[in-house]
Amino acid sequence: MATPATTTAIDLSAALVLAPTALADWLVVAPVALMIGFGAVLMMVRKSVRLHGAIAIAGLVLLVLLDAALLWRVSAHGPVTMVMGRWLPPFGIAFTADLFGAVMALAAAVVALAAGIFALRDIDAGGRRYGFFPFLMLLMAGVSGAFLTGDIFNLYVWFEVLLISSFGLLILGSEPEQIDGALKYAILNLIGTTLFLIAVGYLYAIFGTLNMADIARKAASLRGTAPLTTLTALFILAFAMKAAAFPVNFWLPASYHTPRVVVSALFGGLLTKIGIYALVRVTIMLFPVEREALSLTVAVAAALTMIVGGLGALAQSDVRRLVGYVVIAGIGNMMAGVAIGTPAAVSGAILYALHSVVAMTALYLLAGEAARLGGAWSLSRLGGLWRQAPWFSGVSFLLFIAAAGLPPLSGLWPKVALLKASLDIGAWWLAAAILVSAFLITLALARVFLLAYWRPRPEPAAGTVAGDWRITLPLGGLTALVVLFGLLPEPLLDLAYGAASGLADPAAYVESVFPAATMERGAVR
Amino acid sequence: MEPLFAVLIGLFFAAAVYLMLSKHTVRILLGIVLLGNGVNLTLFTAGRLTREVPPIIPAGMDALPAGAANPLPQALILTAIVISFSFFAFLLVLTYRAYQELGTDDTDEMRLAEPRDEQLPPMGY
Repeated sequence: MATPATTTAIDLSAALVLAPTALADWLVVAPVALMIGFGAVLMMVRKSVRLHGAIAIAGLVLLVLLDAALLWRVSAHGPVTMVMGRWLPPFGIAFTADLFGAVMALAAAVVALAAGIFALRDIDAGGRRYGFFPFLMLLMAGVSGAFLTGDIFNLYVWFEVLLISSFGLLILGSEPEQIDGALKYAILNLIGTTLFLIAVGYLYAIFGTLNMADIARKAASLRGTAPLTTLTALFILAFAMKAAAFPVNFWLPASYHTPRVVVSALFGGLLTKIGIYALVRVTIMLFPVEREALSLTVAVAAALTMIVGGLGALAQSDVRRLVGYVVIAGIGNMMAGVAIGTPAAVSGAILYALHSVVAMTALYLLAGEAARLGGAWSLSRLGGLWRQAPWFSGVSFLLFIAAAGLPPLSGLWPKVALLKASLDIGAWWLAAAILVSAFLITLALARVFLLAYWRPRPEPAAGTVAGDWRITLPLGGLTALVVLFGLLPEPLLDLAYGAASGLADPAAYVESVFPAATMERGAVR
Repeated sequence: MEPLFAVLIGLFFAAAVYLMLSKHTVRILLGIVLLGNGVNLTLFTAGRLTREVPPIIPAGMDALPAGAANPLPQALILTAIVISFSFFAFLLVLTYRAYQELGTDDTDEMRLAEPRDEQLPPMGY
C-alpha cells in the first residue's frame, strides 16, 4: 500500500488477491467467525444469565447450518480455500476446507448443539455466571478453526484457543477434585502442544513454509535430504499426546471425570478427536512415506492403547471413568487406521472418528443422567434403573451396543473396515487387538447394564423421573444418529472413502490453494 | 552462530526436562516456562540468524536487501510468547489454588480425583 512513487511498476497480483472474495468462499471462515462473535456477545451479557441459554442455542443451530452448507459445497465442488487479508498463499494464512475437515466440523457442531441443550438443564445459574456458554462458544471456535485451517502454525493457534477454553470449562465449579484433575490436564496438555510447536519450528526450518498444501507439494523434493522421518515422529508424539494414546494417555483418566458431565461429554466427544484429526492430516496427507517408515511403532502403540482402554474400563466402578477408558480404546482403533495407512484403513479411521464423536458424547450424557436418576456415580451403588426409567434404559442399551461395536449400530462399520484393512496387509495381531479390545469393552458395558439397570436397587430411589425435553432431545437425537448410521451406512461410507482418498492424493487440495491456471489472474477460487 | 544457539537451546531443554521431572508443581511450572523459551529460541534459529538488517525495503528498491532478517519467525514467536505467557499466568493461579484446596504441592499426594482406595466394581449382585 505504501509503495514509494518510484516503484509503481510492482505487479501486486503475484502476492495479493485483487478480486473481491466470492460470497460462497466466506463459508470457510464463517463457522469460526460466528462462534467468536457469539462468544463475545455472551461475554457482554454475562450478567444477564437468563439470556445465555437462548443466545448460545441460536448460535449453535446457526453453526450446524453453516457447517452443513459447507459440507454440501465441498462435496459438490471439491475443496474450498479462502485466504486471510487477501495475501496469496504461501504468504497469507489460508483456510482450506476439504471433505475430511468439513465432515468433522459438522459432526462437532451437531454434538455441541446436543451438549448445549443438555447444559440448559445441567448447568445452573452459578455455572452460567461463571461463563459456561461463552467458554462453549470459544471452544467451538477453536474446534472449527482446527478442522478448517490450511496452515500448520494456525492449527497450533486453534489448539491453544480450544485448550484455554477447555481449562475454563474444566474448573467450572472450582471443586477441589476438579482443581486436582485440571492441574494434571493443563500441565500435560500444555506440554503436548509445546511439542507440537517444536515440530512446527523444525518444519519451518526445513520447508520455509507453513502452508499445508505447499508442504505437501514440496515434501517429495526434500525427501532425500531433509530429516523428515524425525519430524514426522515428533508430530506423531505430539498428536498422540493430544489424542490420549498409550503411553501418553494418563492425563485423560485423571481429569475427564471431574468436571460437569456435559463438559466431560464435550471433551470425550471432541477434544481427543482433534488430536486424531491432526494426526491423520499430517501423517497421511503431508508425510505418507515417513508414516510408512514409522508404521510399526504406531501400530504397536495403537494395539496397546486399545488393550489398555479395554482393561481400564473393566477395572472402573465410577461410570464416568469407565467411559473415559472407552474413549481411549476408540483412540486405539483410529490410530490403527493411521498405522495401516491405505485409503480403506484411513476411511475406517475417519468413520470411527465420526462414530466416536457422536457415541462418546452420548455415552457421557447418559452416564450423567443415570447418575442423576440413581443418585451415585459408583457401580456398587447404582441399581434398578430398568424399573425406574424403562425408556431411558432402552436408549442406554442401544448406545452400549453402538459403543461396543456390536451389530447393527454405528460402531460396527468402522470396526469392520479397520479389521478388513489390517487383515489385507497381513497384520493379524492388529486385527486381534481390535477384536479383543471390542470384547473387553462389551464386557465392561454389559456389566454396567447388569449392575446399574437390571440389579434391584440396593438403596431407596433418590432422583425423580421426569421427561424433560432438555435431556430427552439431545440423548434421543444422538441415539437416532447412531441408529441411522448403523442401519443405513452407505452414504457415510462413501463420504469417508471420499475424504480418505482426498487425503491420499491431495492434488485437489493443493489445486484449491494454488490454482495453477488462475495464478496469473490473481484469483483464488 | 547457529551451533552456539543450538547448544543454548539444548541447555534450555535439558533444564526444562529436569525441572518437569520433579513432583513439586512449582518446579514443573518453572520447567514449562523454560521449555516455552527454548521453543521460542528454536523458532528464532529456524528462521535464519543474521546481523541486524531490518526487513524493510529501502527507498528506490523493490526487494529486501541481501541478508535481511526474516520477519516471519518473529511473528510466530510473538504469538507463541503471548500464548505461553497467558497459559503461565493461568497455571500459576491454578497451582496456588490447588495448594490452598489440596494442602500440598506434591503431585504424588494429589489423589482427590483418583483416590488410592478406589474399589473395583462388584463381581455379582
